[in-house]
Order: sequence, then C-alpha cells, then structure tokens
Amino acid sequence: MAPYESDDSTPAGEVEDVRDGRRRAARYVVPVAVVGVAAATIGLAPAFAGSGDPDLPKISAQQLIEKIAKSDVQQMSGTVQISTDLGLPNLGGLENSLASGAVSQGVKGKDGSAADPKSKMLELASGTHTVRVASDGQDKRKLSLIEKAAEYSVIRNGNDVWAYDSASNEAFHSIAGEHRGGKVTPEDVPATPKDFAEEALKAADKTTSVTVDGTAQVAGRDAYKLVIRPKQSGTTVGAISIAVDAKTGMPLKFTLTPATGGAAVVDAGFTKVSFAKPAASTFTFTPPKGTKVTQGDDLTAEQRKTQPKGMEKKAPEGAQPKTIGQGWNSIVVLDTGGKGKMPSGASSDGSPVSGFLNSLGDSVTGEFGKGTVFSTRLVNALITDDGKVYAGAVTKDALVKAANAGK
Amino acid sequence: MSPVETAVTAQPPVVQKPNPLWTFGLLRSELVTTFRRWRTLALLAVLAAVPVLIGIAVKSQTNGGPGGGGHGADGGPAFITQVTNNGLFLVFTALAATLPFFLPMAIGVIAGDAIAGEANSGTLRYLLVAPAGRTRLLFAKYTATMAFCLVATLVVAISALAVGALLFPLGDLTTISGTRISFADGLGRALLIALVVAASLVGVAALGLFVSTLTNSGIAAMATTVGLVITVQILDQIPQLHALQPYFFSHYWLSFADLMRDPVYWDDLIHNLGLQALYAAVFGSAAWARFTAKDITA
Repeated sequence: MAPYESDDSTPAGEVEDVRDGRRRAARYVVPVAVVGVAAATIGLAPAFAGSGDPDLPKISAQQLIEKIAKSDVQQMSGTVQISTDLGLPNLGGLENSLASGAVSQGVKGKDGSAADPKSKMLELASGTHTVRVASDGQDKRKLSLIEKAAEYSVIRNGNDVWAYDSASNEAFHSIAGEHRGGKVTPEDVPATPKDFAEEALKAADKTTSVTVDGTAQVAGRDAYKLVIRPKQSGTTVGAISIAVDAKTGMPLKFTLTPATGGAAVVDAGFTKVSFAKPAASTFTFTPPKGTKVTQGDDLTAEQRKTQPKGMEKKAPEGAQPKTIGQGWNSIVVLDTGGKGKMPSGASSDGSPVSGFLNSLGDSVTGEFGKGTVFSTRLVNALITDDGKVYAGAVTKDALVKAANAGK
Repeated sequence: MSPVETAVTAQPPVVQKPNPLWTFGLLRSELVTTFRRWRTLALLAVLAAVPVLIGIAVKSQTNGGPGGGGHGADGGPAFITQVTNNGLFLVFTALAATLPFFLPMAIGVIAGDAIAGEANSGTLRYLLVAPAGRTRLLFAKYTATMAFCLVATLVVAISALAVGALLFPLGDLTTISGTRISFADGLGRALLIALVVAASLVGVAALGLFVSTLTNSGIAAMATTVGLVITVQILDQIPQLHALQPYFFSHYWLSFADLMRDPVYWDDLIHNLGLQALYAAVFGSAAWARFTAKDITA
C-alpha cells in the first residue's frame, strides 16, 4: 500500500492535519459509492427490463379467443406469482366470485389433514403467493405452493392424486375419477393464469366487451393483451386483462381490477415459463417413511368439526343456493332458513360476536326488511335478518334491489 | 502476548517492498491465532452441541410413534418434522436453528474482536510494525473471519450429520417438493447448503469488522455486532417495515431451504448472495476507510 500508511504515527503539523482529515474523509467515498451504485442498479433494473412492447401482427379479439380455446399446451413448467387483494374482511365461504369459486367449493369439503388440498386453498385467497406448476399431458400435473422453508404440493400422476405438505410432513392421497364431486385435483385449483382466463371467458357473453389492447412481454415471451370489460353497470368488476402468449395461445397473465379503481384484486402471472417436457420424476411421489398419510376416504364426519377458523361460516347443510340475474350481475341467493341464525347488524343483543360482525358490515334497510352488508373490494354480500344471503360481484345497491325484488 | 504475534514480529523484516507471499504468512498467522483461541474452540463446541440437542429432543419426542410434529412451519425450525424420516434432514434443521442466532453470534464475537481486540490488548501496534500495511492486515483479518464462518457452519453440519446418522435412518430422501433424490445427491445438497449458509454470514462478518475498527474495546465491538444482528432480525418481523426488509442482511437467510426444492428455486438464493456481497463491499470498504486512516494509540 501507499507508504504513508506505515508512518501514520509520525507527528504532523497543522497544515498536514487538515490535509490528512480531507484524505480520511475521501476514503469514505468508496463505501458511499458502492451504496450509490447498488441503489442505482436496483432502481433502474426494472425500468430497463420492462421497456418496449413487442411488435406482433394485428389480431382481432375473436381470433385471440379462438387462439386461447385452441391452445393445447401439454408440456410446460413455470413459476406463477399470484397476488390477491380482496380487501378485508375475509369472509371465507361468502366469497363466491369467479376468482374464488374453487375456494368456496373447497370450504364445503371436509377437513382432517393439514395436507388436505381443501384446507390449503383458502390461503391463496389473500396475499401474495408463489406457485410452481408443471404439466406433462392430461394426467400428469403438479402444483406447488412455495412457502418459507416448506412447500405444499398437489401432484396428479395418472389416477393418483397426492398432496404433500412438507411443513407438517403430512400427505393426502385420493384417487381421481371416483365420485369426483368432492375431489380437488391440481387442475381444479385456479392458480395459473390459464385457469383464471377460462373462468373469465366463460362469463363472456353479450353483457361483455372484449377487445385486444396491444401487446406486452410476460415472463420473457411476447404476448397479446385481451381486455374484458362488463357492459352492465352495477358490477364491481372493472376490467379483466389477460396476456396471451403469441406463439402457443396460453394465457400468461391475468389481472382483475375492480370498478372502484386501485390495485388489482387478482393478479396472477408467470414470472418464468418453459414449454419443455418436465422431468418425469417431478410427478412421482412416494410418501417418505414417517409421513402421516391421510386417505381421501378416511375422513369422517367427526373430523369435519375440527375445521380451522375462517371456515366456520360455511353454508348450513341443506341450503340450496340459487342464482338470480345474469352475466356480471349474477347474485347468489342462499336461504339459510329461519331468523337469528346469522347475527345481523340490526340485531342488538349486544353479544361480542354480533358486535364484532357489526363492525365488519354496514346495516341497511329496505323493503325486504333489515340486513347487514359485508363488503370486500370485489364481492359484496347482504345478510338479511330473516336469514337470506345475497352475494355477488355487484354493488351494494344492486344487492338491496335484488333483495327487494326477492321479497 | 500470544506466540503467534511474536512469530510475526520475528519474521526477518529485510524486504522494503512487501513480498506478495507476505500476505499469506500474515493470513496463516491470523488463522492460527483465531483457531487456537480457547474462546473460538468453546464457540465451536457450543455450535456442535446444538444438533445433538435437537436430535435427542426429536428422537425422544417421536419414540412413541411417527408424526407428532408441529402443525405448520411454526412448530419449530424448518425441516424438523422430516428429521424422523431421514437423518440427513437434521443437517438442515440444525442449520436453520443456528443461523438466526448462534452462528451470527459466533461470527460477531470473532469479527468484533478482530481489530478492537488487538487494540484492547495493546498488540495492534506490534502487528502494524511488520511491513505488511494496514490494508493487508485488514484483509487477513477479514479472510480469517470468513474462514471461521465456513468452519463454524461445517462444524454444525458435520455434527448434525453424525447425530442424524446415529439416531435416525439414512437413505434416499424426499425433497420438500415431494420428489425423491438419492442419498448422494442429498449429501451434495447438504454440502451446498452449508456453503450457502457460510456465505450468508459474510455480511455480518463485514459489519462486525467495521464495528471493530470503530472502537478500541473488543467487548464493545462484539456486543454492538451481536446487538445489530438481533435488532435487524426483530425489525425483519415488523410488517410495517415491509418496504425496507428486502435490504436487511438477515432477510433471505432461510432461503438456503430453497436448495431442497426440486427443481431448485434460485430467486431468493441469488438475492441472498447478492445482498451479502453488497454488505461485504459496503462495510468492508467502510472498515478499510476507517482503519487505514485511524490513529493507532494502542
């Protein structure tokens, strides 16, 4: 190093001291510069990565929808980032939207094992999650939810459906095909943009406008952007944007924005995708020794009682939901039968439970009587004092109107 | 004074320009000093005891039958439920258990003591009498600390492997993604994980070294470094600091678990290594800026 280092201890004059002080301060430029460079890199990297939409031949909305329908990607693997922001409170079974349709289906299921797919699905309904998907043909699918130092995987290989929860070291096994109603297979879980897109396109009819809105880059691939907007008023759905891979027609990104604006309610997109054949070992699962395995049929009614919190609000047995309205304004009506089953905002028994529920909902009155409206950013639900539940991706006014009409 | 320092000063100081090999001589003496200290050996012994404790606890808990693990990840350190399946998982559990506190504490002690300890015992000026230069001395100190990171991690891993092999079955293991890998592959991943864990401590080591250049009291430097480690980990738990947390050196520590996924999930691992390199660069250069311009009075 420089020679002055070794004679640092020699006494220096006044002038030397000042110069020395400056020289000392100058050295700190190095760490500061390192911090600056790092900050600049972190700040600017996304700006460069997101620049430039790809140039693709023009395509009509109809052609693009056909492209999605025809898309037959059998072999793929990738990483999907899902962010869900429904806005609290999380009402569990009342979230009956297209985005959480499978979630509420899951709620009706039984629970008894930490690895039971149904008990895991609610987790996807809020927050940001990373999911890995792999598929090789119809009967080889895998979906893994990445958790901190753990992973939850649902693997379908032929007729076997395995769910493995590495955090609790529990596995869940069932056979696909047998009484399918209660089964959750990887393809039933709406985790990939493709699943969401199919759900959204199912809803697309004359109440919907579908347009192609330019192009985008998703997970390093060129994609068209398909935008679906409800034509009706009264729905809380603002717009749905789907990025469709230009080559394969596979949806790569799905974004649902609410009519009220703000952040997306559901945003699911690939961050990495590959159309190569995944390794065969990906789909084989043998429960390790010492792992608690629950068979799909082992679950008894007794175990239903041990439902985790947040699932308690499931519909009582026997109540048959019916749907009124059409298109985006569909409202699910559920008669829970009898008054007082659901504590509503109007009841003033002063119990802590009803007080808590009151704080979550707004009480409303109308021709139908009194009730409480529970709101999320996408789904609203009205529970009337006589035990009827109206829920849908519609505004409060539409719910009250439906309740009045139903009276 | 330890025999090593006398060894350093006893080197014939005939060369005016420092011989490049001189750095290695200095480094070797630093390594020997570090690893010969009783303090270091005691730290390593404590680290080696952690897997033994975990192994015995898991073994006695699950003697009644399989299962019995906690529900979810909050039941204990990561991978603890899998230990009964395969002894190799004890390596990962032990590393996950020691990484948040024991390992950084040991590093904090060694790094905090590096410069301040010498100043405290009055040996720093003798070290600087040798024509090695301050930058070289600092570099040798930092390298010795990083060597300790690696040795400490390997001590935990090897002790865990031995206990795991003794108490639990070994064999093919199931990754947390549910796929099966051979034992040799698992062993390779265990080694890789140990290296990643050692690399995760590079940031703390640099931070400790910088703190060590600020004071002449070894105890103060150690306490500050360990205190910083704890503070940062507490801050990492506060949801309101969400935006800052990706820049905390401990934020991605547990990402070593991603090596047990199949295929390996690299994103967080790369974040972690990048962050550690950044901390090493920032605090390493800050330590250099401070140490090379400092008045040595002890």
